Amino acid sequence: MTDSIKLTIYRRDPDLDTAPKYQTYEIQPEPGQTVLMALYHILENVDKSLAFRASCRSAVCGSCGMHINGKNRLACETQLAPLGNEICIEPLPHLPVLKDLVVDMSSFWRKYEKVRPYLITLKEPPASGKERLQSIPDRKKIDDFIDCILCACCHSACTLDAWSDGYLGPAVLAKAYRFVADTRDEGGAERLKLVGSEEGVLRCHTIFNCTEECPKRIPITFGIQEMKKKVVWGKLTGKM
Amino acid sequence: MLKHQVIVIGGGLAGLRAAVESARLGADTAVLSLLYPVRSHSGAAQGGVNAALANMPECKDDSPAKHAYDTVKGADFLADQDCAEILTTDAPARIYELEHWGVPFSRTEDGRISQRPFGGAGYPRTCYAADKTGLYILHTLNEQAVKLGIKVYNEWAAIALASDGALNHGLVALNLQTGEIASFAADAVVFAVGGAGRIYKRTSNAMQSTGYCLGVAYKAGIPLKDMEFVQFHPTTIVGTNILMTEGARGEGGYLLNNQGERFMQRYAAKAMELAPRDIVSRSIQIEVNEGRGFPEGGGCVHLDLRHLGREKILERLPGIRELAISFLGIDCIEKPVPVQPGQHFIMGGIDTDKDGATILPGVYAAGECACVSVHGANRLGGNSLLECVVMGQRAGAAAGKFVKGKASAIKEAVLNDAAKKATAEVEALLKSSGKERLVNLRDEMAQTMTDQIGIFREDKAMREALATLHALRVRYRNVGVDAKHRKFNLDLLRTLELGGMLDVAESIAAGAVARQESRGGHSRLDFKTRDDANWMKHTRAHYTPDGARLTYTPVTKTKWEPEERKY
Ligand SMILES: Cc1cc2nc3c(=O)[nH]c(=O)nc-3n(C[C@H](O)[C@H](O)[C@H](O)COP(=O)(O)OP(=O)(O)OC[C@H]3O[C@@H](n4cnc5c(N)ncnc54)[C@H](O)[C@@H]3O)c2cc1C
Ligand code: FES
Repeated sequence: MTDSIKLTIYRRDPDLDTAPKYQTYEIQPEPGQTVLMALYHILENVDKSLAFRASCRSAVCGSCGMHINGKNRLACETQLAPLGNEICIEPLPHLPVLKDLVVDMSSFWRKYEKVRPYLITLKEPPASGKERLQSIPDRKKIDDFIDCILCACCHSACTLDAWSDGYLGPAVLAKAYRFVADTRDEGGAERLKLVGSEEGVLRCHTIFNCTEECPKRIPITFGIQEMKKKVVWGKLTGKM
Repeated sequence: MLKHQVIVIGGGLAGLRAAVESARLGADTAVLSLLYPVRSHSGAAQGGVNAALANMPECKDDSPAKHAYDTVKGADFLADQDCAEILTTDAPARIYELEHWGVPFSRTEDGRISQRPFGGAGYPRTCYAADKTGLYILHTLNEQAVKLGIKVYNEWAAIALASDGALNHGLVALNLQTGEIASFAADAVVFAVGGAGRIYKRTSNAMQSTGYCLGVAYKAGIPLKDMEFVQFHPTTIVGTNILMTEGARGEGGYLLNNQGERFMQRYAAKAMELAPRDIVSRSIQIEVNEGRGFPEGGGCVHLDLRHLGREKILERLPGIRELAISFLGIDCIEKPVPVQPGQHFIMGGIDTDKDGATILPGVYAAGECACVSVHGANRLGGNSLLECVVMGQRAGAAAGKFVKGKASAIKEAVLNDAAKKATAEVEALLKSSGKERLVNLRDEMAQTMTDQIGIFREDKAMREALATLHALRVRYRNVGVDAKHRKFNLDLLRTLELGGMLDVAESIAAGAVARQESRGGHSRLDFKTRDDANWMKHTRAHYTPDGARLTYTPVTKTKWEPEERKY
């Protein structure tokens, strides 16, 4: 039999508690068990008042971003075993807590909507009604950035106030870059203007927290710097 | 009271596509969803979406008609043939439209949308974007919804319709974030609430694919159609039952038993691993039952991709490689992946016509939760995402037209009554001192469904299952909720959901016991063949407090006579 492990979980119901408390649960881990499955075990058998978000349990829906042993990760793909006997689970840092591990994502979605997060095209699609052509190498240019699941792990890890109104933050900028790098997109200068301010790419200090904490290993900082180059060049040449 | 002309329940592929259409027609449209739209389980779809684009050299003479025939044959002739034709005829336009909106499809050498072979299809017809097709389409549709400024009520669960029997006036919903219950006036409501996998123990579906909301429609008097037809996907990872896409076999993957034999030879010599899912799942189960499987996870076989080579796996199947590494510690470049069949899809659902309309005026449904029927007794891989966009568009258009230029006939009294009733039910749950608990009831339901209404079925076991479900429904009346807080009360939500899940499970079991034949996903050991003379008909389950009352309706045939399904 494996040794039991201690899960210490951040608990807070803002309606009742003025400050968070940390509650420790001892569980008997099963082989291959993930943090998410441990949370379900606690919810179903130990403490039914626990709150967390999850759905796909396969690292694709982006619901279950949490701060686990000091790092932002997806609870559903994080195995218990490598984390040791004492595991601390907290909500994503810097975002307001709705309850326990559930954070208020509304400011995140507002920022997402700000960068016109959709393909902008000026030219009509082909008269045949068929697809626009895109070469395999052109399609490859967006390979990493289309993988973003908007889990906000990077957003909440950024030390530059991604959670304040002053900065769009890495996730939203990565979304903008997904379109900037797409050869089909014609939003060019217009989208760059949206991200080309102190509120956007200029604020990134290349600390790489976002890239390091991204569960999908998207080179977010690279995308931000690519846009920064375009923005700075635009400003230098008077085009922006 | 909140009010919109059209409210779409659910923000997956079907819901977003419906909302975009109704908004484009000028209707004041909102989406109300338990999950943020991009969190929906559509995002987990890997393999791709079918349309006869004829983009690959091997499929120059593919056509919507051939796609329709494959669909009808795959459906074991239970699909309505006119609906299958609509599905496949609308398909190219819906896919091109997705491309125009930005879906990053994988490309051919000449820059067109690339297509891969999928089970039961005569040509490589499945348009894909690596093995993350659903994720990319879901995000793209969400982007279109943002562009159109569609209002989204995030993390609200629809818990009741407000109908007077002749017309629907809106719905009642629970705000998960605050615990508040509110009514929403709506001239038209579109259900797009996805699948019901969690009724089963082994499932590829998300934690939130409960099927609860099918129960909401069912209880409001809308029949559920063909519920006994449940699809088991042949290749889910042992343990978690996370999916390994059919695309893995489409790209050339093998299924091997413990003798190292490609056993599909014995069951579908021509199509081999790419026979339709019902056939491959049954074959795996037989291998396991007869001792030729591996013991992990209660029995499994191996999905072997090693011969595809590193490069092809990294290019075409990077997502499932990651999944097998994260959840099993197995890199499919080096080792075979242990897989077993798991519940994957419900062919049945809320009974609709070809425009998504239900029998209750003002209520529509689209996507996995609906049954048109285009999938009949067995759905072909890649036809479900297609159903979401084709039927989502049609249901959105129908709802948009239904409300357009018409004075609203909403009666507030009906809404208030519905809200009062739903609130009382939730309050009663919260106050109940009942001794029964969610986990026990839910586990027993899921285990019963997997063991007794699973891949192979027979009369005695199904009758026992039906009795178990009846007993569970009685015990459910005595269920108590331990958590009493308001915000994000998962205990409450999940207990509420269980009530609907039990109703839906019972409709599956009732339909299955009654249908004395084997067809598609419904495979009986005691009635081994298809019986067109008696059973070429759709089942309709009508809700009663004592369980489903069944009636039957004819299948529409246009061009194709039923034939034996050989692959
Ligand atoms: C792992 C996996 C892989 C798949 N791969 C493919 C594939 O390659 N090709 C293919 O064609 N098909 C595939 N399928 C099937 C296909 O993905 C689904 O059938 C389809 O995506 C369902 O979409 P939907 O919009 O109907 O539902 P979903 O995407 O599940 O969305 C349901 C929505 O309803 C909401 N909802 C649920 N209950 C409530 C409630 N009470 N109140 C409010 N909102 C509610 C949810 O929040 C969610 O937004 C796959 C399925 C799975 C599970
Ligand atoms: S539950 Fe979906 S990403 Fe973890």
